[in-house]
Amino acid sequence: MSKKIIEHARPSESFWVRNRKSGGYLLKKTIGNKAYKFIRFLLLFGLCFMIVQPLLSKISVSFMTELDLYDSTIISIPRHLTVENYTTAALPALLNYGKSLTNTLVISLCVSLLQVASATLVGYGFARFNFPLKKFWFFAVILTVVIPPQTISTALHLTFSHFNPLGIVGMFNGGEEISLLSSKFYISLFGLTHVPLPYFLMSATCMGLKNGLYIYMIRQFFAGVPQSLEEAAYVDGCSTFKTFWKVILPDAVPILVSCFLFAFVWQWTDTFYTKMFIRDTSLPMLSMKLSGIAEALSKYLESIRGTGNVATMGHKQQFVSTGTLMVIAPLLLLYLFAQKGFVESISSTGLK
Amino acid sequence: MKNLRLSMKGRRAVSGYLFIMPFIIGFVVFMAAPLIMSLQMSFSEVIVSKNGFIFNSYFGLSDGQTLGGIYAAGGFSAVFKAIPDLLGLDNYVHALTVDPTFNQLLIEEITKIATHTIAILVVAFVIALLLNQEFKGRAFVRAIFFLPVILSSGVLVNLETDNTLMQGMQELISEQTPFTVTDSMMEILRLTGLGGDLLDIVFELIAEVYDIVMGAGIQIVVFLSGLQNVPASLYEAADVEGCTKWEAFWMITFPMVSPLLIVNIIYTIIDFFTKMGGDLTDLLDEKLLNFRYDHMSAMSWIYFLVTLAMIGICALIISKVVATDE
Repeated sequence: MSKKIIEHARPSESFWVRNRKSGGYLLKKTIGNKAYKFIRFLLLFGLCFMIVQPLLSKISVSFMTELDLYDSTIISIPRHLTVENYTTAALPALLNYGKSLTNTLVISLCVSLLQVASATLVGYGFARFNFPLKKFWFFAVILTVVIPPQTISTALHLTFSHFNPLGIVGMFNGGEEISLLSSKFYISLFGLTHVPLPYFLMSATCMGLKNGLYIYMIRQFFAGVPQSLEEAAYVDGCSTFKTFWKVILPDAVPILVSCFLFAFVWQWTDTFYTKMFIRDTSLPMLSMKLSGIAEALSKYLESIRGTGNVATMGHKQQFVSTGTLMVIAPLLLLYLFAQKGFVESISSTGLK
Repeated sequence: MKNLRLSMKGRRAVSGYLFIMPFIIGFVVFMAAPLIMSLQMSFSEVIVSKNGFIFNSYFGLSDGQTLGGIYAAGGFSAVFKAIPDLLGLDNYVHALTVDPTFNQLLIEEITKIATHTIAILVVAFVIALLLNQEFKGRAFVRAIFFLPVILSSGVLVNLETDNTLMQGMQELISEQTPFTVTDSMMEILRLTGLGGDLLDIVFELIAEVYDIVMGAGIQIVVFLSGLQNVPASLYEAADVEGCTKWEAFWMITFPMVSPLLIVNIIYTIIDFFTKMGGDLTDLLDEKLLNFRYDHMSAMSWIYFLVTLAMIGICALIISKVVATDE
């Protein structure tokens, strides 16, 4: 025992010499380490592959011709490479890609910006002020997160189709309620698209998709900002709102950006509110068009090839894959550039 | 004049209310009112007619005046008829005893949530531990694990679940290959008589490993942030004292990260419940298409109450078990 301690191993010596000096410990340790690293690599690689595989298979299917689908010798590499699927899927009869992309882009942008703006105000209010019934209102925020949207979907729809909150609308409209869902209440934006008014109402009043979550995240962030910052501003004669605007807000930009990113992505793929607010087929949205792409393909094929030419299951699925890729491509691009924004927000607020 | 001025405290309270005003308006108009309306529906018989909706209220009211009054003010044209001799819980009784599938689906959903939540938490924690270590390409791997947050949202979930082509291909493959590795593993383990029911659950989870990883994106990041906030000096001190890595994990890592368990459990349960596209939501949609708003409301209220109960129970258990420094 004492002999081994005297024989100090030097880094310059070869591995086996050092191993002999350590009494075989070094070899065991190295093998253990290598094995652990290998298993870790296998595990992570396998899981990553599992996440990415559906995407890869969609990509490979989307470049195949219909013929390739039925060829059992073709598994993932198409024999007849084609982009025809993309051009067909972009047609007005199917995804109506150009138009629905603009619509989805503008609506998602507006909705998520409004959501984050309102959530910021509310989050700051909860983090910094003491007022009566504060606990109750915060419980209400949690409630909006917890309630499954199906529970209120019917009633919410009726609220909008017979809009008359507290009788206010009725006072101006001769006692009649109005339907906010009609295309009369579409607001034109930049001449690009029309946004249904209920979208604005919901997101400006913190009732949009997962809005409670953003309020919670932003509140957590503001609660962590030292109070002395505002106190200094107040002493210098800054008003409450000006302090919020000039002192607090600039520091909060990263968390606001990541809330915006989440809101944008979730709004992009949302079908719940889209189904409820947009009845008008003149306003195509990507999420709605994608969920109906299989039937649309059948109809389209019938119209160009004559009746009886229904699309096969495989062909439909090919278009579902192609359409999915086209819908998520902008999101993947966004994620590629703003990956940090997505992940770091959750870390920075701690979400405790 | 001076008496009219508010104290500092009062002014702060007013500012606070101004800041949260958007939420209050939204909550009252777009959440509380629809919620009450849906509760109302669940206690009534809703008949859809040309003139709008007719609510045959089960409440013991004389002429439905009280309830009708609320909705006339709320801008809702509905005719209320009181049926005093009927019980208000009729729709609930129907959902739980008469409807052939609801009961079964609800129980299925609950067991699925219980197993999934545990599985997601364990998987997310292990992955977070791995991703917290140093290795090449760590940033890239982290990015991939977060990808499901984008890929499994909204319309994409529904498309993924009814991907019939994939199912067809899977069946074809399993027909062509006489036995697979997992199948034979299962056979061997069953023949040796190991496990039993417990093993079946494990196998089910393995079969659903995709769903679990796809549902664990946010949870991984939350755990990861917790792991990164553990001060390195704690591990150094433990190392000096002769603590093994295993002990350090249970004595330092786990207690430090455990407060995040509650956040993750609640998030997982809510995420599961509010996600569209389960069998239960299909049933609700079907009720909606058949204009059975009363049945649907009652069912979704049961569903909602079950969610709340589960979250409450979990929060209670965890807060007893988990070490909190507050």
